[in-house]
Amino acid sequence: MEPIIRVDRASKSYRNAKSSEKVLQDLSFEIGQGEIVAILGPSGCGKSTLLNLIGGFERADEGRVLFEGRPVERPTRQCVMIFQNYGLLPWRTVRKNVEIGLEPSGYTAAERKERASAYVDLVGLSDRIDHFPHQLSGGMQQRVALARALAIDPKAVLMDEPFGALDTFNRYHLQNELLRLQNGQGLTVVIVTHDIDEAVFLADRILVMESAPGRIRKEIRIPDAKPRDRGSTQFQHYRKLIFDLFHLSGTDDDPEFTI
Amino acid sequence: MRSLNRTGNVVLGIAVLIAVWQLIVAIGKYDVSLLPPPLLVAEGIAELVKNGTLAQHMGISLMRFAAGYLSACAAAVTAGLALGQLPRVWRLFDPIVQLIRPVSPIAWSPFIVLWFGIGNAPAIVIIFLAAFFPVLLSTVSGMRKVDPTHAKVARNLEMGRMAFLTKIVLPSAFPTIANGLHIAIGTSWIFLVSGEMVGSQSGLGYLIVDSRNTLRLDLVLAGIICIGLFGLLLDRLVGLLETWVGKHWGIVRQ
Repeated sequence: MEPIIRVDRASKSYRNAKSSEKVLQDLSFEIGQGEIVAILGPSGCGKSTLLNLIGGFERADEGRVLFEGRPVERPTRQCVMIFQNYGLLPWRTVRKNVEIGLEPSGYTAAERKERASAYVDLVGLSDRIDHFPHQLSGGMQQRVALARALAIDPKAVLMDEPFGALDTFNRYHLQNELLRLQNGQGLTVVIVTHDIDEAVFLADRILVMESAPGRIRKEIRIPDAKPRDRGSTQFQHYRKLIFDLFHLSGTDDDPEFTI
Repeated sequence: MRSLNRTGNVVLGIAVLIAVWQLIVAIGKYDVSLLPPPLLVAEGIAELVKNGTLAQHMGISLMRFAAGYLSACAAAVTAGLALGQLPRVWRLFDPIVQLIRPVSPIAWSPFIVLWFGIGNAPAIVIIFLAAFFPVLLSTVSGMRKVDPTHAKVARNLEMGRMAFLTKIVLPSAFPTIANGLHIAIGTSWIFLVSGEMVGSQSGLGYLIVDSRNTLRLDLVLAGIICIGLFGLLLDRLVGLLETWVGKHWGIVRQ
């Protein structure tokens, strides 16, 4: 499969007057078209920075990031980021928030309206289309952000701990929704998370990161069909695999769990 | 119930004020020309209303106020939007603004009369000066209120510079700008009276000066009360406007 995203020996440091801190060191991986890849790691391991590199919000100091074979130089509409705090515009209604992505792209006002309605409908918020973000719950705001991202028809969606602020029930519900939407559109999804269950439930592949400096410690492929049963033994197997990875010291993994 | 309570408080407050005033007049036995009693002032207001003087002066004052305030707001918001976009230029302008801002517009009055003559112009210019700086400063600072995430969203959507300005920066700056507009309406209303004491022959400020010259202190107080009442009304009006706009823009007022 032709990779849509390629990260090639990328490194990134943050410098201030006194010191320079290496956030990411020598990362290389590929993400295929239509794949869901979870980047899993503890806080401060540079996973958000990695997502920013892929999205073009920041540049790598060394190495390169390619999107469809071309170097990523700036954020584009092909690859949309969904932010941790949703990034909804508080002065716009749900409809207008979804429409903002459609405003420069040659749609007529009527087409824009229709398309926005369709995507708001897709995330199940038709009855709230004229509400303002502050009138919605966190889960609903996340859906609006998703509708806004999907409405501009991107090839990939980058999600930065998208369900982190939600309660367990809402989180599970939205994870199911995400799978349904992703499946319908053949979308590539890169999701940054520190939630092990979330990674195992959603991802075709999990990149487990470690910190200081941020590196990829392990790649776990999960070929199981989706949607997955959160209670199944298979599911528990992958969870345990990751638990062990974080609890054991990194150097000598139990061979049984090495992939 | 709550608004009824508030109206009740307003009525009660005013009643207390008038009672204390009457009490001072009764106890002190001051000369009527030194401290006119409430009833006399009320008669003065009634007289001004009846013979149309009040409406005439009020109309002129409001016209000048509108001209000075609205032109100042338009100029200051435009200048603020431009300067907010050009941080290097603003660093140059900022000290100049800080230097001019604390000077009361009245201090400029000799120059204003020399440059703009008498009549409506001096009062309008003074109101303009009083309103301009608070609006300018709040606009420039409002331009910096863009949420970093919103800026990233705009970059991600490949939004153009103009679209970014109108769709992200301006709405983000709006609450701060509105606050500046609100403050400016108060300050410039204060300077309206002083402005009209400089080289005008009409308006509420002139009414006070003229009444003083004819030793009608009851009418001076009547003028003061009218200025206070209208200032309060303007402030409330702006407050209502803000709430209305806020509701339509999804901004919750704390």
